[in-house]
Amino acid sequence: MSGARPTPDDWRRPPNDAVYFLKRLVFLVPLLLLISALAFGLMKLAPGSPFDRDRVPATPDVERALKARYHYDEPVWKQYLRYFGLLWERNEQGVMKHAPPSFDISYRYRNHTVSQIIRDGLPVSMTLGGLAFCFAMGVGIPWGVGMAVRRGQRADHFWGLMAVLGVCIPALVIGPLVALAFAVRWQWFPVAMWETPLHFILPTFTLGLLFAGKVARLVRESMTTTLQSEFITAARAKGLGETAILVKHALRLALLPVVSFAAPMLADLLTGSFVVETIFQIPGVGALLVNSSLNRDWPLLMGLVLLYAGILLLLNLLADFTVAILDRRVRYE
Amino acid sequence: MSDPDPAADAAIGSKPAAGVATLNVQLSPGARAMRRFRRNKPAMLSLAFFAILVLLILVWPMVAPYAPDVTSDAQLQAPGRQHWFGTDANGRDLLTRVLFGARVSLLVGFVGAGVAFVIGVTWGAIAGYIGGRLDALMMRFVDVLYTLPSIIFVIVLLTALGSIGKGWATRHFGARAAAMTPMILLFVGLGAVSWLTMARIVRGQVLSLRTRAFVDASRALGATHAQILWRHILPNVWGIVIVYLTLTVPSIMLYESFLSFLGLGIQPPMASWGSLVAEGAAQLNPIHIHWWLPVFPSALLVTTLLALNFVGDGLRDALDPRGES
Repeated sequence: MSGARPTPDDWRRPPNDAVYFLKRLVFLVPLLLLISALAFGLMKLAPGSPFDRDRVPATPDVERALKARYHYDEPVWKQYLRYFGLLWERNEQGVMKHAPPSFDISYRYRNHTVSQIIRDGLPVSMTLGGLAFCFAMGVGIPWGVGMAVRRGQRADHFWGLMAVLGVCIPALVIGPLVALAFAVRWQWFPVAMWETPLHFILPTFTLGLLFAGKVARLVRESMTTTLQSEFITAARAKGLGETAILVKHALRLALLPVVSFAAPMLADLLTGSFVVETIFQIPGVGALLVNSSLNRDWPLLMGLVLLYAGILLLLNLLADFTVAILDRRVRYE
Repeated sequence: MSDPDPAADAAIGSKPAAGVATLNVQLSPGARAMRRFRRNKPAMLSLAFFAILVLLILVWPMVAPYAPDVTSDAQLQAPGRQHWFGTDANGRDLLTRVLFGARVSLLVGFVGAGVAFVIGVTWGAIAGYIGGRLDALMMRFVDVLYTLPSIIFVIVLLTALGSIGKGWATRHFGARAAAMTPMILLFVGLGAVSWLTMARIVRGQVLSLRTRAFVDASRALGATHAQILWRHILPNVWGIVIVYLTLTVPSIMLYESFLSFLGLGIQPPMASWGSLVAEGAAQLNPIHIHWWLPVFPSALLVTTLLALNFVGDGLRDALDPRGES
């Protein structure tokens, strides 16, 4: 007779979930290869060559020499293999030799390697992105919970308006405005650059506000739905305090959509923001993604795409893991 | 609880009998949602706002004294009787530009939201409901699309498909339609990225919902998968879908202005709200504050999105399976 009822053990995660996540982790490698191949093909489809010059047209000889030097004249599959250093070719003496990989050679920045460029900028972008993420979550979640609790009241309308403002006024406007107000007029913070923690505040706010507004709107909705559930009524009937109900019971489920949303958002934030880094003169990698796309600096763009892909895939995996912890009923297999 | 609402009576097609309290139960879910929505004042007011805005966008070009791209000597004039919203650095009337920009922005926003709704919800719901291998396959597809560099994607779309599309449009619809191809391809590019996060969110919710007791119950009662998904799971997802749609609209609009800023989207002298806000922001400096340049486009953008939020909230409450009559 106890067989029909779930025993406490049934609610524990079965061991095959660990297998599932391990499989996903191993699967990342072929996935990254697939992404690299697709991105490579996309780049070859795009018109324009990295050796097009803006003003002085290169003589055909120079252009040919440049293309040969960077192996740009080879078939695409050969370039792709060479990118990862998986190519063996005959040298002048006719001996098969391993061709050095080409992933590190930027077309545009001749004195730097791709890994060096990324290594210089990434810590800055990651710091800014991490801070902005903490700001977005730290402000957005209480903001949304507050709105859900006061749903339909004046406070909900006021903070809802604030969230809409945060969501739709672009960083392009907020950045200069906060810089004008807090840096130029009141001089509480430095205008730009990235040196002391005091420099971090305005860019973090500018970058994080948009996401805080989005998180707040999502939490408000999911919290409203969760607070209508029977188990919340049951918790109330049990005599639990409102705070305990909110934090211990409702927030778990209310955070599910936020987790799905937060993984791509964090990946975007960690790999830098073009607008914010430009406004505040921050030496991150945000502008590189845009510039290397427009300059056709394919090796640099490839490096950034693979970096972004790696971060995103890992974070999505982490998000699925977090969902399974927040909601024990979720089964992936 | 006697019900004086004429909408409800029309919906059930009978005259209210005095003292009949259970009429509401007979309402179909759609009719009930309609009635709830009509009773929501902010939502109805917001709908009226959209109607007026669309009317204004359509009518203004016929009555406007200025063309959107004709420059004049009246540069950077503050709002006044001649130019209600002022003029920009090239002496163009800002009100006219804002209303012309509204076309692009509203189209981009709603096309993006439409794609996010149709593809994103379908994709996420199927992946989450079926789960297992198919879920893994479908979600990895989303991941791959997410990681491909979107700028290159748009460049390839505009150049590779641009010439083909232009030739095709010229042959079938004439030269005027052919001029629209880059914009339509831009819509395609924006639509292609707008549904990805939606699919993730819906899939996460469905994964959680499909294990709940009410799903087991309806399965035990012999409901088909389509019925379970459509009648039992999706009604619990609409709320978050609507909220995320109202977030998709502004982010697609701003992404369009970013692409336009890179020279990949709407080309000047055409304008969108995003590009007008960006132009205005470029004029922000401590010496001359031409406040009207960023303020009017931003204000219209904010008002529109606020109205959208109210409509979204109204829809959400109207579709809420746990809501009161």
